Amino acid sequence: MRARPALRPYLLILPALLLTCGILYPFGLGLYYTLFDFSAAKPRPDLVRLHNYETVLTQDAFWHSAWVTVLYAVGAAGVETVLGVAVALLLHRSSLAGRVLEKILILPLMIAPVIAAIMWKLMLQPSVGVINHLLEPFGLGGVQWTDTPAGALLSSIAVDVWVYTPFVAILALAGLRSLPLSPFEAAQVDGAGPWYTFRRLTLPMLWPYVMVAVIFRFMDSLKVFDIIYALTEGGPGDSTVVLQIRAYLEAIRFQRYSFGISYTIVLWAVVYLAAMVLVRHLGRIQRKAAEVSA
Amino acid sequence: MDRHVHDRRRFLALTGALAAAPLLSACGTGFGGDDRDEGGGSAADDVTGAFDWKREKGATVKALLNKHPYTDALIADLKSFTEKTGIEVTYDVFPEDNYFDKLTVDLAGGRASYDVFMLGAYMVWQYGPPGWLEDLGPWMRNSSATAAEWDREDFFPNLLRADQWSLKAGAPLGRGGQYALPWGWETNVVAYNTEVFRRLGLKPAESFEELRELAGVIKRKAPGAGFDGMYGIAVRGSRSWATIHPGFMTMYARNGLRDFTVEGGKLTPAMNSPEAVAFTEDWADMVRRGGPPSWTSYTWYQCSGDLGARKAGMLFDADTAAYFQAVKGASPASGKIAFHPGPKGPDGSLATNMWIWSLGMNARSKRKSAAWLFLQWATGKEHLRRAALDGDHIDPVRRSIGRDGAYRDKMRHLPGFIETFETVVDQTKIQFTPQAQFFDATTSWAAALQEVYGGKSAKSVLDGLADDLSSKVG
Repeated sequence: MRARPALRPYLLILPALLLTCGILYPFGLGLYYTLFDFSAAKPRPDLVRLHNYETVLTQDAFWHSAWVTVLYAVGAAGVETVLGVAVALLLHRSSLAGRVLEKILILPLMIAPVIAAIMWKLMLQPSVGVINHLLEPFGLGGVQWTDTPAGALLSSIAVDVWVYTPFVAILALAGLRSLPLSPFEAAQVDGAGPWYTFRRLTLPMLWPYVMVAVIFRFMDSLKVFDIIYALTEGGPGDSTVVLQIRAYLEAIRFQRYSFGISYTIVLWAVVYLAAMVLVRHLGRIQRKAAEVSA
Repeated sequence: MDRHVHDRRRFLALTGALAAAPLLSACGTGFGGDDRDEGGGSAADDVTGAFDWKREKGATVKALLNKHPYTDALIADLKSFTEKTGIEVTYDVFPEDNYFDKLTVDLAGGRASYDVFMLGAYMVWQYGPPGWLEDLGPWMRNSSATAAEWDREDFFPNLLRADQWSLKAGAPLGRGGQYALPWGWETNVVAYNTEVFRRLGLKPAESFEELRELAGVIKRKAPGAGFDGMYGIAVRGSRSWATIHPGFMTMYARNGLRDFTVEGGKLTPAMNSPEAVAFTEDWADMVRRGGPPSWTSYTWYQCSGDLGARKAGMLFDADTAAYFQAVKGASPASGKIAFHPGPKGPDGSLATNMWIWSLGMNARSKRKSAAWLFLQWATGKEHLRRAALDGDHIDPVRRSIGRDGAYRDKMRHLPGFIETFETVVDQTKIQFTPQAQFFDATTSWAAALQEVYGGKSAKSVLDGLADDLSSKVG
């Protein structure tokens, strides 16, 4: 009878433990594979220890992909944050239009990113796409959206922004609605203007919510695959080959499994480090916001 | 505090052990389990006695198929296979975009989820060396396993040879194991819109220089002649291996160029030779002057669709890509599409690259005898003739169907189709050097082509490509 209460905490934690093992198993297996030169051409591989990581990190292709990945993540997360907060501030004013728009805003989030990318690919098609058709009256009908390296990257970021800005807006809107009223009432009594109130009260107290959105979006953008692959396949040239696409090509298309997995492990390390830094920053922001609301 | 309940160290030890268990077990699982018996004979040797279509009555064969008109014709005729053999066929059909990923992952995982599957001849170079494909040679040679009427001599010889390889990089095709059977194929030629050619007084190009000129002329003049938004020539341009193998590789080969040179078993990239650099520049220039807008995203779907939608004056791609637009009622351009072998090389060469939809058998299949019956039925005269006449299963892999009066009558309404096919058929073969890194090499080649199209120096881009490939392929 004494064993039962002793076991209870372990039983309670069992589902989480199983889930953790479910995550750790493929991760551990992947990590193990990276120590070999396992590929379709070499189904009985040799132990090469850290050679795959050495090769990845000394390849120009890796650094190019890392740079494109960072550009994409910073660009997408940055624009989504600014736009998302702006949209949330507009919707925060209680009006019928705001309430209707709030519902419509969620629509892009309901579309799978890969579908959104295919849809945008058709819309951006220079000769039959609707975007150039709409731009034609302004003399801008001949834009080759994804044919140049810069155009392809910007188009991919634009699709990401279209899909995920509502996510940031909804988080920011939830944050705005949960802010305490008393500091705003006090500011009003003191005669503070709207800009001062926004800068000194709204923004500092809203930052923790915005930061949560930034963390989600930045980490997610570092791992992007679907939008870019469906839109450009990584082209033209290597201009939009982000780390995930490189890993997919190496592991699945070219069947160099160990080498491809090494890319994903490096990407995991990058995402993990970025998350650590951002979460630490979030803690500081939360403390600051608490001081302001107090 | 009760130590048994809240001892953190004990808990961490337990957690660590649980987490480590799968990791440790993973160490023992091997790598995709390539544990086949390499020294063993073929399962075909187990089949003895008189040939009998009903030998595996009651069995079920599972097939993985790509969404394609050939597949539609096969599925429509499956009932006759079941009636003939008593074997049921279950199948999964995937669109081409993710078909090969699905197949690759399934085969690499060491599973026998599918007994038979569609593959291209190039996939033999990837799936053959790891031992995922059954060598069909012993099955073909075993008269107990193979019906006399199957008649291997009836296949176009280039096609059977294309699926046969010794698994050694650089070794020519046509020797070694037969890792798949040709089932449907495509030769790469020029299809053109007869209406725009007639209105602008044009003739199909006989040389590459003429083709480039023609593409530019159509792009400049066709919109003014009532063909709104028409450009000159549709060719593939996406960052994919599939961009290289149709029109580009055909014209490349007609110019006498090779992808690799092979010396003493060593492969050296040759796509940066001065002649190849000049050709690549000319190809990119042709696309810039007469190709589609947004070319870098062009796959065969867009190329074929543009010919059918009267957006492209010419298409240099698989003859089937034009055929599906040319048949009656298929597109706005149907009835106005004609076929031509395309430009000759400087020495008059009509060397043509090809794509073969083949059927292969999973080396891990547990129902190889039934799977072989399915393969010989699907590649046999009876089904292929029905598929060609009742469905859209063209080009025929069998000579008897190519000569068949009913088939020729069916194709006769397409101007130049039969003549073009007959002109290039003997010169159509795989123009690439067989090697396991084919998909890496051609994907990188397509990316290089996009960069040249974007204005970068062809020489520096192709030198970089050759450098990269020499370490991977050589």
